[in-house]
Amino acid sequence: MIPAAFDYAPATSLDDAMLKMEGANGTGKFIAGGHSLVPLMKMRLAEPPLLIDISRLPELTGIREREGKIVIGACTVHHEVATSPLLHERCPVVAEAAATIGDPQVRNRGTIGGSVAHADPSADMPAVLLALDAEIHLKSSRGWRIVKAADFFTDLFTVNMAADEIIVSFQFTSMRTAAYAKLHQRASHYAIVGAAVGLEMGDGTITSARVGLTGAASHALRLRTLEEALVGHAPAAAAVESAVQTAGQDLDHVNADIHASAEYRRAMIPVFVRRALAAAVARA
Amino acid sequence: MPASPVLPKLVGERVKRREDPRLIQGRGTYVDDVKLVGMRHLAFKRSDVAHGHIRSVDTSAAEAMNGVEAVFTGARIAELLGPMPIGTPFPSPPHRAVAADVVRYAGEPVAVVVASDRYTARDAADAIVVDIEPLPVVVDPERAMQGQPTVIHADFPNNLAVALVPSGTGVGADGSVDDTAIDKAFANAEVRISQRMMNQRLVPNAMEPRGVVAHFEPGKGTMTIWSSTQNPHILRTMIAAMTGLGQDQVRAIAPEVGGGFGAKINIYGEEYVAAVVSKELGVPVKWVEDRSEAFVATTHGRDIIGYVDVAATRDGKVLGLKLRLIADIGAYNMLLTAAVPTLTMLMANGTYDIPAIRTTLTEVFTNKTPTDAYRGAGRPEATYFVERAMDMLARELNMDPAELRRRNLIAADKFPYQTQMGAVYDSGDYLKALERALEAANWNGLIAERDAARQEGRLVGIGLAMYVEVCGLGPSSSLPTGGWEHSQVTIERDGRISATTGASPHGQGNETTFAQMLGDQFGVPIDHITIHHGDTGIVKQGIGTFGSRSQAVGGTALHLAGGKVKAKMAKFAAALLEAHEDDLVFENGQIGVKGAPASARSFAEVAGYAYVPVPLPPGLDPGLSEEAFFEPANNTYPFGCHITMLEIDRDTGEPRLLKVVAVDDAGHLINPMIVEGQIHGGLAQGIGQAMVEEAVYSENGQLLTGSFMDYALPRATDFPRFELHATVTPTPVNPLGAKGVGEAGTLGATPSIVNAAVDALAEFGVTHIDMMLRPEKLWRIIHGGHQ
Repeated sequence: MIPAAFDYAPATSLDDAMLKMEGANGTGKFIAGGHSLVPLMKMRLAEPPLLIDISRLPELTGIREREGKIVIGACTVHHEVATSPLLHERCPVVAEAAATIGDPQVRNRGTIGGSVAHADPSADMPAVLLALDAEIHLKSSRGWRIVKAADFFTDLFTVNMAADEIIVSFQFTSMRTAAYAKLHQRASHYAIVGAAVGLEMGDGTITSARVGLTGAASHALRLRTLEEALVGHAPAAAAVESAVQTAGQDLDHVNADIHASAEYRRAMIPVFVRRALAAAVARA
Repeated sequence: MPASPVLPKLVGERVKRREDPRLIQGRGTYVDDVKLVGMRHLAFKRSDVAHGHIRSVDTSAAEAMNGVEAVFTGARIAELLGPMPIGTPFPSPPHRAVAADVVRYAGEPVAVVVASDRYTARDAADAIVVDIEPLPVVVDPERAMQGQPTVIHADFPNNLAVALVPSGTGVGADGSVDDTAIDKAFANAEVRISQRMMNQRLVPNAMEPRGVVAHFEPGKGTMTIWSSTQNPHILRTMIAAMTGLGQDQVRAIAPEVGGGFGAKINIYGEEYVAAVVSKELGVPVKWVEDRSEAFVATTHGRDIIGYVDVAATRDGKVLGLKLRLIADIGAYNMLLTAAVPTLTMLMANGTYDIPAIRTTLTEVFTNKTPTDAYRGAGRPEATYFVERAMDMLARELNMDPAELRRRNLIAADKFPYQTQMGAVYDSGDYLKALERALEAANWNGLIAERDAARQEGRLVGIGLAMYVEVCGLGPSSSLPTGGWEHSQVTIERDGRISATTGASPHGQGNETTFAQMLGDQFGVPIDHITIHHGDTGIVKQGIGTFGSRSQAVGGTALHLAGGKVKAKMAKFAAALLEAHEDDLVFENGQIGVKGAPASARSFAEVAGYAYVPVPLPPGLDPGLSEEAFFEPANNTYPFGCHITMLEIDRDTGEPRLLKVVAVDDAGHLINPMIVEGQIHGGLAQGIGQAMVEEAVYSENGQLLTGSFMDYALPRATDFPRFELHATVTPTPVNPLGAKGVGEAGTLGATPSIVNAAVDALAEFGVTHIDMMLRPEKLWRIIHGGHQ
């Protein structure tokens, strides 16, 4: 549990972070809370020569509402997300999901941006960002880029993001009728299966739905077949339950490990979609 | 035996642990806090493969690194250190602290680096290139005992470390076996139960991993060794033997020890290596295990299969029990490895009057981390097998599981009770513990609650388990180290009290409980008393802390030493007061004549007089310091009854505890709060085994649960409020009447939880579920046929 030697450079500003990364000639790695990276380093599965610390940059932290959108700085720690009065009021699903991450020590150090950039296939927050159709705002010395969550998670630990890019913030339209439910892996408390459901309701029917799923596949993804099947129905309609029952059954590959077989994971998708859906409807 | 031999002032009170302020404020000194001038750091290069021939170990790149002082391969270490001894009488293959020719489990050391700092040592270990020719790997003990697919130790055919040892009814001391009684029991049975049960492998996971600092001083020819150990005196004995030093030349120190749970009884290769490297180089060296190492390099616990057969009558009288045990002990025998499953045999009687019992034990080598003691060490396994089988029998007979127990419990008037397994249970009232638990849990109310929940479609179950444990180890006939304990009590010149104990507490709270005892014995405030432990330079003799022995054996030695010095102090006081020593009372920090309080002299004044005895009373030597050894005549046998209620999520299979009621009888209690803390910890670990913990190996011998990302420990939020109750049945084995309680929680928790889970899922026709209660496993039972 002793990492290989590395250099450490705390960034003083976002621009300084860019500059340091550029100067590192490909040897640099951004670090925020370190709760994904440091364990890899301690097991020597990662040996980055230079860590550029962006955790103390004020422009990367905080949760606010701006022009009708919620903006969460990438280096905001999970605890702050989980306890944000603004999120509890306007978009409780984000706080609810953050509260299920790891344990208090992890939540006090780990950041939402770090978790999303690392893109563990069982991480919670990617599913939520998918359900909220969130924008991921990236910056590098080459400029800004905005990527939709649905275009961000591309494969196992792989995201639509270059090595010199920093996630600056997550932005999304707030939505009360959204909820997250997960089956905890009892050691890590990652999700064996986690489902985030975001609904728009009108006249007692679902007018739009987004369902983000984590834990089941190589990366978090949206269950678009299900989303389409939900629209136009009242939540209690038989059509909704029958759509939920087949949720995720069209996935080609479902993960399997010592904690859960593919068969079990597949069976858990409808269970947690159903729970998240019911909780979202209850918030209407 | 006196009913209550100690004064009631402190003993029996919920005195807060005196250890805690320093520990919770980060002011404790652990091994890693020991820093010596010129100290070097060790790092071990470990095998990645589980079985193979070492072709070569190339240390050149490591040796060339700046700050690297030396690299010792297995061959080099073998020149300094012989094979490691074990503490059991079974034959054992040679086990080198650093492998020289064959590696037999992933994590076995193959070289050790000595460097100027810990980081350099770790980097250098990475730079060592080991070429290992892989051999076939076996992780399944039932395949291993057929010799398939490989034999791990040349002289142990079919990987049998211990080949089929029989015990129980009809087995003579000479090993002769007479099956008449057990055969008759099964022939006459109206009902038979037969089940294979797995008691899975666990990783002990003390909060503080192991660590050692060895300091050989060439000028003096002495060795001081600090280690995170449960038994510094055993460490001293072993280090002396292995380094060629005398026991007078070795001082072993266990500073603060952050948990042991049995895994720090063993004396490990890293401790021997640190000692011989320090001796060879003439410098102090330190090694501190990291968490990844701890998962593979510290002994594991449990991992035993039980084939259980029960013969009974229709009205629920058990006639016979067969228990065939197969223990997977991993790649090597460690200090107590081979003995742990023998305790499972010893306790096969459980709390029951069973006319015929036959156990057999086979211990098997596999390519896994060696096993050794883990909280309960053999007794939770026995309890689990017997209590699960009793529950299966109750279900088969459609009988209330409590009623089935009532019909088979050893009656209170039968103690001391000679079991079929050779144990003599000291004292007990098992029915009382059962009835107390049923009452505390409102058993009939629970049944009604369960049935009402079932009406709502919920999967709720209740489970009950009795247990009896063997504690207070010795006597000396049962331990190669000796089974006694030692203490010295000194009244200092200022009237304060220093006491030593050979017990080596590492969480048990003996600095508090022992001071409570002395406070009452001498009538002085607890903060005038210091308990010294864990240092062979201060504590003359000792065995250590394991097998729930500190209070029953160590506490008694302290009590006896205290009695001796009190008798002598009374003589000095009698001279000073011109009274008869039998008329004196020790109370409120004074010694006075009974009925004449004005005459009293302060405790300090009498102490001062004993050290400047002018005039010296005739027949007395100066000073107030006395010691005592205590050799118990027998073990103690604490017991109890645990009741659990749980619910299983029908959709996911996730189990959730609703209620845990524990009645524990540990005899007289010195400090009920500390006892409750011990029971809480034991329950937590038992619940962990039942519900979330399991060491899983791949077919090629890799530990798949090698970090806390994959190996779960239970959390406080997993537990309902524990409802604890006690019955008090003193032991006649020691004058305190105390039995020991450190392991009790692990015994009752596992079977009561699994019994509850089987009860919850009974509607699906299930009769047994192996631990851990993995949600998927339960989901498959609920959704049987789900494909």
